[in-house]
Amino acid sequence: MVRQVIAAVVVLLLMAFAAYAALFVAPTERSMGVIQRIFYLHVPSAWTAFTAFFICFLANLQYVFRRQPRWDWLAVASAEVGLAFTTVVLVTGPIWAHPVWGIWWTWDARLTSTFVLWLLYVSYLLLRTLIEEPDRRALLSALFGIFAFIDVPLVFGAIRWWRTQHPQPVILGAPGSGLHPTMRAVLFFCWIAMLGLMTLLLRQRYQLEAMRAELDIVRRESEAA
Amino acid sequence: MSLLSNTSALLGKELRTEFRSRELLTTTVVFILMVIVLFSFTFDPTSAESRRFGPGLLWLAFLFAASLMLQPCFLREQTNDTLSALRLSVDDPFAIFLAKLTANTLFLLLTEFLLLPIFSVLYNVPVLPVLGWLILVLFLGSLGVSIAGTALSAISAQARMRELLLPLLLLPLLTPVLVASTEVTAALLDPSPYVQWKGIGFLAVFDVVFLTALWLFGEYLLEE
Repeated sequence: MVRQVIAAVVVLLLMAFAAYAALFVAPTERSMGVIQRIFYLHVPSAWTAFTAFFICFLANLQYVFRRQPRWDWLAVASAEVGLAFTTVVLVTGPIWAHPVWGIWWTWDARLTSTFVLWLLYVSYLLLRTLIEEPDRRALLSALFGIFAFIDVPLVFGAIRWWRTQHPQPVILGAPGSGLHPTMRAVLFFCWIAMLGLMTLLLRQRYQLEAMRAELDIVRRESEAA
Repeated sequence: MSLLSNTSALLGKELRTEFRSRELLTTTVVFILMVIVLFSFTFDPTSAESRRFGPGLLWLAFLFAASLMLQPCFLREQTNDTLSALRLSVDDPFAIFLAKLTANTLFLLLTEFLLLPIFSVLYNVPVLPVLGWLILVLFLGSLGVSIAGTALSAISAQARMRELLLPLLLLPLLTPVLVASTEVTAALLDPSPYVQWKGIGFLAVFDVVFLTALWLFGEYLLEE
């Protein structure tokens, strides 16, 4: 319990520093102005969401091959956390786009594929609510999770090949793209803070799932008795 | 070798079951026809407009129809309690999937061939000059739909609300197929038609990726 409180305080401090750095340390972008600072929430959230979905995919694989319930708990925890971060990305994107592009939404490659990604994991969580038996739910949702994750690069590829308006990647992007060193440092610091938040949420959600499973077993036993 | 003979025996069974009742094929054809007619009210179907919207409309109709047509694929086995018998009769459960997805591809292609001329006449889009290429796109697209759809219908058959669940699982997964096949079809139906190799290659990659995934993970989908 004490350890969890300490971890929560550390993450909170990290988030506070990240917010300060994003608002006051990073230089104001020349053409977009202050609104560009949402970038420090938007991009780290996206990276964190991908990290969570990748953890979900690994947990799905582990469950299929090992059949230990804990992998299922990790999978559902990371899918939910990833979905929350993707929602942040989908909400902050239009807030930035409206003043800069003049529109809230455009059917561009990265927006559209993020939306499809969001839909895929919503269906993953939906599927889980529709299967009663825990083992079957774990196995079938793990398999769907694997198919969904394999689908993600294909979704990105398909949509990216046929249209795009989103700003080109500034990290590992084409030559000529790039960030001011301070901006880059703030960006990565924000990402670390987000990863801390993700780990905290993941841990809480995992424990909740473990308790639920335990409760389920106790309930079944009492019903059988 | 036994995979091939198992698959062909099971494929024979799938085709016999369907052609005895023809339930799936008739309902699917009528469904797509209905969608095509209803779509004509949402825009002015002149030749130029049809060229713009037609390919997407056609593939969307196919996708929706497929998500309905694939429902009974495993459900039928479950209600008749024949899935265990099927699993015992083959060495490799992949044969069950291979047979079902081949049958589904054939059914889809059959309905598409029936509806393509109707679409062409109603929307005033000539398809004859590019028929060969169109068949290739229809085949690659339908194969992709059937591979993913067969796998997911094995999942949805074991859940509640399965009739609603299958489209919900399948349609977002098929986004790449919808995008690529619509683009290739649009290029073929262009006033100066051209073959978009990128899209054809992409569809082939999708098919191979999902066939491999099904081959690797299919047996777990059928666990009792």
